[in-house]
Amino acid sequence: MRVIYIMWWRQLIRQWRAKGRLVGALGQPLLFLLAFGFGFGPVFQRAGEGSYLQFIAPGIISMGVIFSAMFSGIELIWDRQFGFIKETLVAPVPRWQIMFGRACGGATVALLQALLVALISLAVGFRVESTAHVLLALVYASLVALMFTALGTAIASVVEDFQAFPLVMNFLVMPLFFLSGALFPLQGVPAALAAIARFNPVAYAVDGVRGALTGAWHFGASLDLAVLVVMTVVLLAASTALFTRIEA
Amino acid sequence: MIRATELTRRFGDFVAVDRVSFDIPRGEIFAFLGPNGAGKTTTIRMLTTLLAPSSGTMELDGIDVAHDPQAARRRFGIVFQDSTLDLELTARENMTIHGVLYGMRRRELAARSEALLRLFELWDRRDDVAKKFSGGMRRRLEIARSLLHTPRVIFLDEPTLGLDPQTRNQLWTHVRRLNEEEAVTVFLTTHYMEEAERVAHRIAVIDHGRIIAQDTPAGLKAATGTESLEQAFLAFTGTAIREEDASSNDRMRHMARAWRR
Repeated sequence: MRVIYIMWWRQLIRQWRAKGRLVGALGQPLLFLLAFGFGFGPVFQRAGEGSYLQFIAPGIISMGVIFSAMFSGIELIWDRQFGFIKETLVAPVPRWQIMFGRACGGATVALLQALLVALISLAVGFRVESTAHVLLALVYASLVALMFTALGTAIASVVEDFQAFPLVMNFLVMPLFFLSGALFPLQGVPAALAAIARFNPVAYAVDGVRGALTGAWHFGASLDLAVLVVMTVVLLAASTALFTRIEA
Repeated sequence: MIRATELTRRFGDFVAVDRVSFDIPRGEIFAFLGPNGAGKTTTIRMLTTLLAPSSGTMELDGIDVAHDPQAARRRFGIVFQDSTLDLELTARENMTIHGVLYGMRRRELAARSEALLRLFELWDRRDDVAKKFSGGMRRRLEIARSLLHTPRVIFLDEPTLGLDPQTRNQLWTHVRRLNEEEAVTVFLTTHYMEEAERVAHRIAVIDHGRIIAQDTPAGLKAATGTESLEQAFLAFTGTAIREEDASSNDRMRHMARAWRR
């Protein structure tokens, strides 16, 4: 337990010392929120769908969680390049504890990031009905955070250099995000797009957070939860297996 | 304390470590002397559970390293060739993480951490992040950290690489003192002959993955009838010590060299 805790604590300390990065990472979600939220707002309204900001804010909050969680996983590449990973690999502790502690730390940082996006969303007009909604959203967001930290860790266990990171973001995470229903409602989209969304874990992540915050579900609360739990468990198992196999 | 028998590691067709055997008694300072790419680091990686040997056995304090890596890990400390500090953390935080990873109790951890940081003259800088430290300070912190859990053996892989003579001198003084005061067995690798001669009780000369000679510094000189260890080394290997990186390029070069012979 202490090992998991200390690895978690390390991630938080490191993040705290690099506060600038936390703020810097806000840029992209903020741009999406403001440009899309206000830019497409009138069109959305005219189409009879209500407030676009109300729709897109949970999508952008999810984006904050997902991107930041992926980045936390990728920090493993950093630790491999700078050698700290060896210090943990020769320690007399099971490697899964190291990996799980790191993942929890990464997920916590991702949640903090999302919290900042959420606060900004509230400041520009996003509304949540009750605290219960917020707490429920926190459950979904935590799963999403853990799931994508695990994915990032799994990828970082296999690739060794930083160049792979933008590749993963551009060819995996970005498409999954754009096809997830974070930016547009999945009701009434072409069949092909709907089919893709059905197999897209990010779609369930976004739907879970949005449903919890605003009560507007597409797949449904229990299906979202089930998919997220299963995906989180699978990815944690995969990243543990890959992390254990790292040779330093 | 450390015993290797016919230890071998292959990377494809390249034999990095070739049937290496040695037996290091408790409290000895044992040096692996040889050029980079000779198999020193590969041997250390096997002894420290980071790499599985292709064949042969290793014993550390009576424990079969390959069969019970966790028990072996508790008994040794290691300073790698490249830094493994977390540079974003302070000296004390680096120590704390290490202590927790090695299951030390809080009070014991705090006390020993302070004692070691004082010993290595880092106590005044204990709350500074490691990235502000000079190369020598980082090395000292790393050695202090490797000793935190009171290991019976420490592995030092090229501990003085890139350090100035003053720092090197100071570092060896520390190592010798630890060896005398805490009876820590020291396994070190170096390609500086004067260092090996100065600190080691016994030296194994390794080249192309094989141990060519193994004796006290005086014994090595006597065996070759030479006056300095450098001359003894040349008498054994027939070449001057080479500066090489143990990269895939070097493995290629090694293979090519083996091919030409």
